[in-house]
Amino acid sequence: MDIEVIGRKIAEELKKHKADHIEAHIQQSVSSHITYRGKKLESIGKSSGAGGNIRVQLNGGWGFTSFNSFEDIPSRIEMAVEQARLAGNGRSWLAKKAPVVDKVSAGIKVNPIDIPLSEKKNLLDEYNAVIWKTPKLQTSVIGYGDGYRKSIFIDSAGSFIQQERADVSLRLSAVASDGSDVQQANMSLGSLGDFSRIQNLHAEIADMSKRAVALLAAPQVKGGEYTVVLDPVLAGVFVHEAFGHLSESDFVYENERMREVMTLGKQFGGKHLNIVDGALVPNLRGSYKYDDEGVAATKTYLIKEGKLVGRLHSRETAARMGEKPTGNARAVSYRYPPIVRMTNTYIEPGSSSFKDMIADIKEGVYAKNWYGGTTSMEMFTFSAAEAYMIKNGKIGGLMRPVVLSGNVFSTLQNIDAIGNDLDMNEGGGCGKGEQSPLPVSNGSPHIRIQNCLVGGA
Amino acid sequence: MQRILEQAKKVAESAEVFSVTSEETPVQFEADRLKHIQSKQSCVAALRIIKNGRIGYSVSTDPDDVDNLVRAAVETAEFGMKAEFELPSPTTYKKVNIYDPKVDEVPLGKMISLGEEMIAAVKGHTRDIICEAGVSKDVVSISIINSLGNSAEYSKSIFSLGIEGSLIRGTDMLFVAEGESSCRPLTNIKGIIDIVLKQLDWAKEQATATTKKMPVIFTANGAASALISPLMSAFNGKTVLEGASPLGDSLGKPVFDNKLNIFDDATIDYRPGSHPFDDEGIASRRTPLVENGVPLNFLYDLQTAALAGKQSTGNGHRGGGLPSPSANAFIIPPGETSFDDMLADIKEGLVVEYLMGAGQGNVLGGDFSGNVLLGYKVENGKIKGRVKDTMVSGNVYKVLKEIAAIGNDARWIGGFLYSPSIYCPNLSVSVKG
Repeated sequence: MDIEVIGRKIAEELKKHKADHIEAHIQQSVSSHITYRGKKLESIGKSSGAGGNIRVQLNGGWGFTSFNSFEDIPSRIEMAVEQARLAGNGRSWLAKKAPVVDKVSAGIKVNPIDIPLSEKKNLLDEYNAVIWKTPKLQTSVIGYGDGYRKSIFIDSAGSFIQQERADVSLRLSAVASDGSDVQQANMSLGSLGDFSRIQNLHAEIADMSKRAVALLAAPQVKGGEYTVVLDPVLAGVFVHEAFGHLSESDFVYENERMREVMTLGKQFGGKHLNIVDGALVPNLRGSYKYDDEGVAATKTYLIKEGKLVGRLHSRETAARMGEKPTGNARAVSYRYPPIVRMTNTYIEPGSSSFKDMIADIKEGVYAKNWYGGTTSMEMFTFSAAEAYMIKNGKIGGLMRPVVLSGNVFSTLQNIDAIGNDLDMNEGGGCGKGEQSPLPVSNGSPHIRIQNCLVGGA
Repeated sequence: MQRILEQAKKVAESAEVFSVTSEETPVQFEADRLKHIQSKQSCVAALRIIKNGRIGYSVSTDPDDVDNLVRAAVETAEFGMKAEFELPSPTTYKKVNIYDPKVDEVPLGKMISLGEEMIAAVKGHTRDIICEAGVSKDVVSISIINSLGNSAEYSKSIFSLGIEGSLIRGTDMLFVAEGESSCRPLTNIKGIIDIVLKQLDWAKEQATATTKKMPVIFTANGAASALISPLMSAFNGKTVLEGASPLGDSLGKPVFDNKLNIFDDATIDYRPGSHPFDDEGIASRRTPLVENGVPLNFLYDLQTAALAGKQSTGNGHRGGGLPSPSANAFIIPPGETSFDDMLADIKEGLVVEYLMGAGQGNVLGGDFSGNVLLGYKVENGKIKGRVKDTMVSGNVYKVLKEIAAIGNDARWIGGFLYSPSIYCPNLSVSVKG
């Protein structure tokens, strides 16, 4: 099947229908996965898929039909127009954009899909052997996945954008048990299709495995407020949860009170705090040339010198707020309409060294690595996979994993030191509504937060 | 499908084709107004083969793509796990009622008015709240055929309603939400609205807890957010087989408080988690997991059961890959205590309606720790107001060992959990302040 041929036909067909805006997405993808549980390979499989959707805006309402069958496209367009007509009860808002015709390659030397399964399996066998060198291990999980996707975006204004994208992800976890107690340590990596990025990880994986066993003997942090130092990986999750989601304008644009809370110029942190999101930042898992509305990617400052200076937009949210679109409308697949999402989100580096950051902490927590994070806008949580007590300026022994919690209106203000060692993590997938996991990256230097709430015994 | 099976049989000892087709029609309201009407058609076919004793697997959205499906399955079978099970032979299944043609017949206009009614009811109570609402009707059809001659299919209809409200005052944000789903059309919004209005009433005032140990009542929603996912992983036969379940050696032992009972049940009529057979064609059943605090069974698919020397419990589920055990629907039967009696028993404590981030720690070990996104301070038996910037932490196995009371207020949370309120006498609470 050649989706370009289908795309050309749809482009012609769109001209026959009337609405404020009509767009189509068509995708073709191939992917493979390999899973290990314990010492054995558990599952290996290959998938292929093709599908598309028609999205229509009319009088402010949206219609959307998605499909796997490419038969009878004209009636699907008609159906989406009818849905939009039924949903519409005002005027359509859509930021202006010139039609774009472009073809973008995946920009990789070797497509991960073309690497033989045997080669992928050999690497994972090596990693599993490293994991199982550790004594007292109970079980382990390795999940490898790769994919390659060709997408075509077509709109009624004349855009026709073909983009390719490849993705690689690797998650590992080691589980230790001493009877009733079970502890685990994990790693999570990804790349924009570059398989070499998940090679040569033997030493890190050995450390992970040993940590799982060490956690069995680790004590639990006592719950309460602490001075907390976050490593770049966890600080990346922190910035994604604490501020990234609040910057997504679809939470804001139709809510007057939320717009007041998020007035540009408002002070959210100290002068040293700068937060950026952008798919234009190259070669990261959240990078692309055009978003799923055909808008060119940008790099957007969300916070500059502690002040709110920007936010993430789709064409609709940008028009409603009288701002420029930022190229942040993304969909996990053709089964969903694009919504406002993050891409590569990070705190820009400052000047503190890690040594200086911990030097004057009497009692604190050094939290590293991540299990996950979630937000409700005002309050958020993010969980560390590794934690250490800091006593009198020195890093102490390993503690059980901790969950940290913050409030966006105080926690960002409480960041009092920002390191000089920015690092990006590409192992995460972001979930919003039903759409998960979306490839993103996030990062930060080491940061220090005063009075951070830590859950515990 | 038959073509895929025929071609696969030529190259493999045994083969199975599983296919899903679905039509979903969601209607969504944003900022109090109708915004999206959608229809989603999808189909997917998955081929599992056993070749030279090993499992191969491929999946495609194009069921006519027979050659590629078979080729990919053969390619992966070279490295696949050794198959320890046999596919089921022809089986007669007991009927489970999960399809009501009336779901598909609900007109869009009716769905729109249900959404409007929910929003009007919530805004009638709290004028400044901004609502999102969703009404959806879906029809899913599953079919399985295998080389042993088993052939089975069913269709399921699902109707769901949901509403979320956000109330923002300065930098104070309150989120309330509730939803319901069924295999039959839902026409009465009262159940959902009563719960949302109660959330709004109880959160009207603000209250502050203190950092210490105190009694906590998890409402059904609260239990779903904090306690259930560790249990689901602990009863998963695969976790048990690997020795990673804290309950692995606990069958027949009184591990939990004797008031606790849990079932897995895929045979309840008109529930979204029900079906006549699982994704491998194994007949559905009701499996007791905990009776009077004593674990009795774990949940298995074919391969895991074979490796563990057990029988499949009809819990083979596919999330896009090979079947793997997971719960059909977790049922925690109600106890005898009313919610008001639980409240009356508490001098100082919390009611937790939603614990955010609780599932993101060491879930396997049962540890949970989360931010009380929606929860209330209890003082002298009365709800005092909403708490914020408060964390509740614990370990599921310690917490459920000593339960003060189980509520008589059990209800469905989403499609896959039926739970009452659970009153726990002593949990660790940390408060910013």
